[in-house]
Amino acid sequence: MNLSLLILLPLLTALLILLSKQLAQIRVIGLVGSLAQLGAAGWLLKLYMDQRAAGNTATYLFETNTSWFKALNINYHIGIDGIALAMILLTSLIVVAGILVSWTMEKLSKEYFFLLVLLSMGAYGFFISLDLFTLFFFLEVAVIPKFLLIGIWGSGKKENSAMKLALMLMAGSALVFVGLMGIYYNTNTFDMVEIGKMGISLGVQKFFFPFLFLGFGIFAALFPFHTWVPDGHASAPTAASMFLAGISMKLGGYGCLRMAALMPDAAHSYSWIIILLATIAIIYGAFATMMQTDLKYINAYSSISHCGFVILGIGMLNKTSINGAVIQMVSHGLMTALFFAAIGMIYSRTHTRMVAQLGGLLKVMPFISTVFVIAGLCSLGLPGFSGFVAEMTVFMGSWQNPDGVYRAATVISAASIVVTAVYILRATGKTIMGPISDEHALLSDATWNEKLAAGLLIIGILIIGLAPFLINQLIMPSTDFLMINIDKAITLK
Amino acid sequence: MSSNIFILLRQELLLSLLIFILLFIKIGKERSNESILNLINGLLLINLAAGLFGMTEGGIFNGMFNTNAFIVLEKNILNLAMLLISMQSYAWLKNHKQLAEFYLLLFTSLLGMFFMISSGNLLMFYLGLEMSTIPLAAAANFDLAKRKSSEAAMKLILSSAFSSGILLMGISFLYGTTGTLSFDVLTAYISNNPMQLFAFILLVSGFAFKISAVPFHLWTADVYEGAPVAVTAFLSVVSKAAVLFTFTTILYKVFTPIASVWYGVLVVLSIATILIGNLFALRQDNFKRFLAFSSIAQVGFILIGISGSSQAGSASLVYFVLIYVFSNLAAFGVVSVVSALAGKENISDFKGFYKTNPFLSWVLTIALFSLAGVPPTAGFFGKLFLMMAGAAKDNYGLIIFASLNMVVSFYYYLKVVKAIFMDENEAPIQKLNVPGITKLAMYICMAGIIITGLASLVYDYIYSLSIGI
Repeated sequence: MNLSLLILLPLLTALLILLSKQLAQIRVIGLVGSLAQLGAAGWLLKLYMDQRAAGNTATYLFETNTSWFKALNINYHIGIDGIALAMILLTSLIVVAGILVSWTMEKLSKEYFFLLVLLSMGAYGFFISLDLFTLFFFLEVAVIPKFLLIGIWGSGKKENSAMKLALMLMAGSALVFVGLMGIYYNTNTFDMVEIGKMGISLGVQKFFFPFLFLGFGIFAALFPFHTWVPDGHASAPTAASMFLAGISMKLGGYGCLRMAALMPDAAHSYSWIIILLATIAIIYGAFATMMQTDLKYINAYSSISHCGFVILGIGMLNKTSINGAVIQMVSHGLMTALFFAAIGMIYSRTHTRMVAQLGGLLKVMPFISTVFVIAGLCSLGLPGFSGFVAEMTVFMGSWQNPDGVYRAATVISAASIVVTAVYILRATGKTIMGPISDEHALLSDATWNEKLAAGLLIIGILIIGLAPFLINQLIMPSTDFLMINIDKAITLK
Repeated sequence: MSSNIFILLRQELLLSLLIFILLFIKIGKERSNESILNLINGLLLINLAAGLFGMTEGGIFNGMFNTNAFIVLEKNILNLAMLLISMQSYAWLKNHKQLAEFYLLLFTSLLGMFFMISSGNLLMFYLGLEMSTIPLAAAANFDLAKRKSSEAAMKLILSSAFSSGILLMGISFLYGTTGTLSFDVLTAYISNNPMQLFAFILLVSGFAFKISAVPFHLWTADVYEGAPVAVTAFLSVVSKAAVLFTFTTILYKVFTPIASVWYGVLVVLSIATILIGNLFALRQDNFKRFLAFSSIAQVGFILIGISGSSQAGSASLVYFVLIYVFSNLAAFGVVSVVSALAGKENISDFKGFYKTNPFLSWVLTIALFSLAGVPPTAGFFGKLFLMMAGAAKDNYGLIIFASLNMVVSFYYYLKVVKAIFMDENEAPIQKLNVPGITKLAMYICMAGIIITGLASLVYDYIYSLSIGI
């Protein structure tokens, strides 16, 4: 299969949306387009597994490499491994769910769906890129839709949030760009595969790795550059929150992972800083969530904490922990999208997101409340849901590191789960249990589109939670490849 | 030989012909403005098309005038910009009494620029430069009723005269130390000799005035604000581009022996220009002043590219200018229409613009994104390639500085986008009836912004023609 299809499908959908007139038309086109993406991603999974089963051991499959800017040695080089494929599947699921929950978006619906689809195109392009220039291109493509989605359709102090988010992400891109220039002028190529083969000299790694890691780290809400997350997520409209937390923050995590694999020596020598920042993010995020009273802020701050696990897994630099980081990315993507979807459904009915003003929702909207509880339980890492598998794998990987400080970081991070349990149980309990206020007593439950969206995401969560070997089968061979370079760097020390 | 002159001077002769046609129109019988405008736009299209085919290389007048494919390409870009400006000022010129004079002045200026770009001798260069500057001062004063317009003209003519004086002084020092003005001969005599370095600094200052690099930028904002939008567009795009082309040629061809000196000078200039341009752009409300300072910052980025002094350096310059033509003219086009039809020129007037004018809003937004360098617009590629050319010198400090400044510039462009899409306004600009031809120009700009970037053909073509040290 030609991977460009993953870019062309959203592009085509976006163009068709531009040509159509009413909401009824637009949303059908959006849904069909996103289902086509989901179908393509599923088909890709089948082809990928077939190829692996047939004994294809190439690092990247379905590679295409065409020259783009010949004079500058910039290539349109695409291909996927298991990690990228997992991210693509995650993206396609969230896109379908996001389109479904926006089913009744009346305000400037054409622009809204257009930007959503454009955002998904940026994500797909990012995950399939093997050339750092195209990677960077798609990373930035996704910034503007976020700005407009939050600024136009958001709520609260949306303009400020949108501006903050856009500027911080642009600053992240600027740092990434500096790092890319450093790599380019020392290897004369942007091609990740080639760079991986020839390696980068130690001095260059040490100087430019921080730029790249921090740059991508801003996208992944790395402490102390996480401040765009709460405001951005809280102000965004439902689908945009889902995209932001579910897809966009994963761009950062995925980028960090690739950079660590590309510059293993630097990643190894800076790993203590990475772990320190990740631990702070985990603990700080968890405690900050305790203080929140707005459901969206609760989920946004808990995202900082959960994304900390991704960074922690990457920072530990061993096979299990990196596996855990990847699973955590997928799991957090699904779970947080589900959470935001549930919050959106509640908000659209009750017009408030304040925990104090809600209560007893289980009586009037049993479906939504169940979804909300499932998302919550997944977030606090209950066995059976994806969150448990992911966090468990990260901790197991982290514990393998015999160094005392690293173990301390692991213990501290693990302790945050208790805090998570506190805020999740408190929020869900207050929201869905107890007496219901009179204004909310006559509200209706989820409509078919909302049920479908939530159902899709829950299926994803359950597959990872109940059959973790499936996702392991997908990503393990690829983490093995990543580890070859990293192990070499560590043993050299 | 005589036929050769016609071929080599093709673009200049055609433009002169246009000037004469205009003169005849002026003295001929009374015509409606619409018909004259359509005629002129048609002629400009022919003028642009004529430049596109058959490029011969050669020099005439004893090497005073050179041309080759690269130079023809640069002139074509200027022709394109002229055509776009003309199409976009339709609404403004339709009711203007002196429209023939307006075109006369701009064409004369453009002709001067052509000679300047082609010059192979400092004398020819100076002649071209003066020929391009003086008509512009008159054009800046074109809104006769407005005091600000005449103030702008006064400022422009005084600062131009001053900078020309400085340039002339530099040229005469060079002549004094080398005894020649021809580019080819000069190179051999250039060295680190203090007198020549002084001459070089004077020359650079003269150029810096024209491209409004900091600290020689003080005239820019006032002139841009006072002049009619079409003239501002011409000043900020065409005039700057022409001087930048010539500047690069002179640096790369004549001052090759002291490349390390001018590298340092360019780095300092670019840092100051980006920083000051950005800082001042942050606080502007008048759209023309805003674009003035943002264009100052853009010039800073261009200087980074030039400092790369490689083939990629000059290629990225021309590439960026082409993109800049599309993006900046799209922005000016919208401002021009709004100014002509609604009489408003402030950014705060654009609040709620999207509700009443979605088409213009998108044009302006995409143009601003391109100026900010956001993909998938061409501006992204343009800026990146400039910085890549600059980074080739391993000057990572400069690249770090420039990338962080891109974030600052991103902020002020986004502020405009925010005003258009997000801010509420009780009385937004009413729905404007954009003339068809102006719409066409905007579509061309949009297509240019998308295609020039994504289609690598354009860059590869420019790269294949360009020269380095």
